Amino acid sequence: MADKVLYGYTGIFDTPDDIIHAAEKVADEGYEKYDVNTPYPVHGMDDAMKLPPSKLGYAALVFGLSGTVSALAIMYFMSVIDYAIIIGGKPFFAFPAFVPIMFEVTVLAASIATVVTMIAIFFKFPNISHPLHNTDYMKKVSSDKYGICLQADDKKFTEEEAKSFLEKLGAKDITAIYYPEENFEKQTVLEPKFISILVLTAIIVSGATYFSLNKLMFMVPFNWMMYQDKQVPQESNPLFADGFGMRPPVEGTISRGNVPYQFKGQPELAGKLLKNPLVPDSTTLALGKDKYDIYCSPCHGYFGEGDSRLNGQFPNPPSLHSEKNRNWSDGSIYHVITDGQNIMPSYATQMTRQERWATVLYVRALQRSFNAKESDLQ
Amino acid sequence: MSAVESNFEYTRKDLPGNWSKLGIGLTVVGLLLVVVAFFVDNTRAAFNNLIALMFLSSIGVGALFIVALEYLAGAVWSTPYRRIMEFLAATVLILPLVALPVYFNLHDLFHWTHEEAVQGDYILEAKVGYLNIPFFTIRVAAFFAVWIVFFFLLIRNSRKQDDSKDQSLTTKNIRLSAIFMPFFAITLTFASIDWMMSLEPHWFSTIFGVYYFSGTVLAALAAGTYVIIVLNEKGYFQFKLLKDHFYSLGALLFAFINFWAYIAFSQFMLIWYANLPEETFWYLNKWEGSWLFVSVGLIFVHFVIPYFGLLSQPSKMNPKNLKFMSLWILFAHLYDLYWLIMPTYSADGIAFGWMELAFPIAGLGLLILVFSLRAKNQNLLPIGDPKLKRGLNFRL
Repeated sequence: MADKVLYGYTGIFDTPDDIIHAAEKVADEGYEKYDVNTPYPVHGMDDAMKLPPSKLGYAALVFGLSGTVSALAIMYFMSVIDYAIIIGGKPFFAFPAFVPIMFEVTVLAASIATVVTMIAIFFKFPNISHPLHNTDYMKKVSSDKYGICLQADDKKFTEEEAKSFLEKLGAKDITAIYYPEENFEKQTVLEPKFISILVLTAIIVSGATYFSLNKLMFMVPFNWMMYQDKQVPQESNPLFADGFGMRPPVEGTISRGNVPYQFKGQPELAGKLLKNPLVPDSTTLALGKDKYDIYCSPCHGYFGEGDSRLNGQFPNPPSLHSEKNRNWSDGSIYHVITDGQNIMPSYATQMTRQERWATVLYVRALQRSFNAKESDLQ
Repeated sequence: MSAVESNFEYTRKDLPGNWSKLGIGLTVVGLLLVVVAFFVDNTRAAFNNLIALMFLSSIGVGALFIVALEYLAGAVWSTPYRRIMEFLAATVLILPLVALPVYFNLHDLFHWTHEEAVQGDYILEAKVGYLNIPFFTIRVAAFFAVWIVFFFLLIRNSRKQDDSKDQSLTTKNIRLSAIFMPFFAITLTFASIDWMMSLEPHWFSTIFGVYYFSGTVLAALAAGTYVIIVLNEKGYFQFKLLKDHFYSLGALLFAFINFWAYIAFSQFMLIWYANLPEETFWYLNKWEGSWLFVSVGLIFVHFVIPYFGLLSQPSKMNPKNLKFMSLWILFAHLYDLYWLIMPTYSADGIAFGWMELAFPIAGLGLLILVFSLRAKNQNLLPIGDPKLKRGLNFRL
């Protein structure tokens, strides 16, 4: 017995009133390190033990507020800076829509952080052992008795005094509790056995979830949203003899808003009859530059000099600044974009009519900038 | 521990005499101003009278609700001061009187009472089956009748118990409370719709009744908390309230502050999100001109300040703080009603003058007067209630 280390003395009481009175007296006597164990929270115990208000509230406040701020910051970054899209005609920074999320994240952060703080700081995780565990005392106070434990590391504590004091309070079953002999400090939650059980549980649970959700419960019509009975672009379709899923328009019809080009293969007629419906202004020129840089510049070069960026993979086109090209009408340029010429394909499917006309305006502006008149320089 | 002994003897002590004097003084001054107001500007006075009516309804009906809730929930902590809520609930008795001037000025208040306005207005024509003066009168009379009948039934049993100490009276009141609850929910919802939502007859919000309910309970609770703390300070209860009692009152106030904010925001966000013109105009009216400041102020007055004022545990246990916050919340409820009602009167901007002060003064005077008249020769504690002793020793 001599090498055992004393943890403290415990005493048992029968009623909640007794334990409250006992706790009051122990606190009045000047004991600081003692604890009360009851099968359920006894009202008024904090007062009786003269405990200071819990500091856990501060953790909840700090983490809750950081949840609010980070939720706001994340949403601001996502929907204002990184990926601004208009949703429901609302401004990018749609604060009222953010509020519920901020509220939820606040509650989530505060509650999780409070529990984690409690376990990490107050319960001294990962240490899971306590000298009172696995004692007769603990078995009693966790079913129908109320107990008090005076700890040996208290300043006032002496064995005889603690014993007699507990007797004076009317405690029953006064027992000395010793630290367990072997490796007390090493009893932590991070034991290999415990960890492997944890991992095994995780594997079983996730495997069972996968099996039940993806195999057992995978049945029509409760299958996943990604499998739907609809035609997806580029997919085959056995319904049609040629197996193509994407069908050409029905013969003799055109899609809405589509006006067929009536000068197909007739460049002279187009050059003569077509007139540019657009007026060169900042909007149309900006649109033209945009489309020119996307569709024309890979071959014609950014300034129309025929300096392709394609490194000879494709024959270079002639310059747009030649005498011949400058004397072309708008309609002729439009015809080339729409119908193609020599090796150049038609761009009618890539660019709308308005965009093509805007591009014509931009080409005109480029030509003018290379062959400016005297009057332009003034 | 300050446990109250089982032989706790209560000797009746009347309320401070200057309470009824204060009540009479405020009522007389207020009523004089009110009469002048009706002569100066009838319409504006009618709107202010409506605010006062809704404010007094909040406290009276809300207090009745809290009494019934205590019986239904079997609450112990509030038993020692249930009488205070019962006295406050007596406000329902004067509600018909306060409503009379409003009733005689319906044309000034409600657009839908004008037949020529209803004609040709598709929405108003569709609502004519509900929004017409005879049906309105029947409804309003029914609300007052329900409140007053249940007030008398509940209070009679509670009072009888003081002498007879009969526990079966508590059981009876529990049954009565259970019957009262659905009546309360329906009457309060429709009262809020009839008196306040129909000010803008084109507008509708299904959450409006709940919105008014949250303010109602808050106002009744705040008024009760204030009186309880003052009486406790002066020793009228003959026992000292524990901090557990204060904490419970504070926690309930805090909960309803959050509940109000939750409901108010839900109403706003749904309308803001859906962005339907027939709903949004109600908020837009309150968002234009100087009403913007009142609307933004409402968030702070009714939520932010009381929220942080009652957030921490010590602040709920501190009677001084609680006393201040309960007065603040009473003011916030009045502010809320002003924000709900007045923009209909003056859409261009804030209307605030002596009239807006006269009616609250008269209302406050009536409230104090009714309270002190009711409390005369009454026990301030429900001394026959079987839950009283447990309530006095209430521990969290």
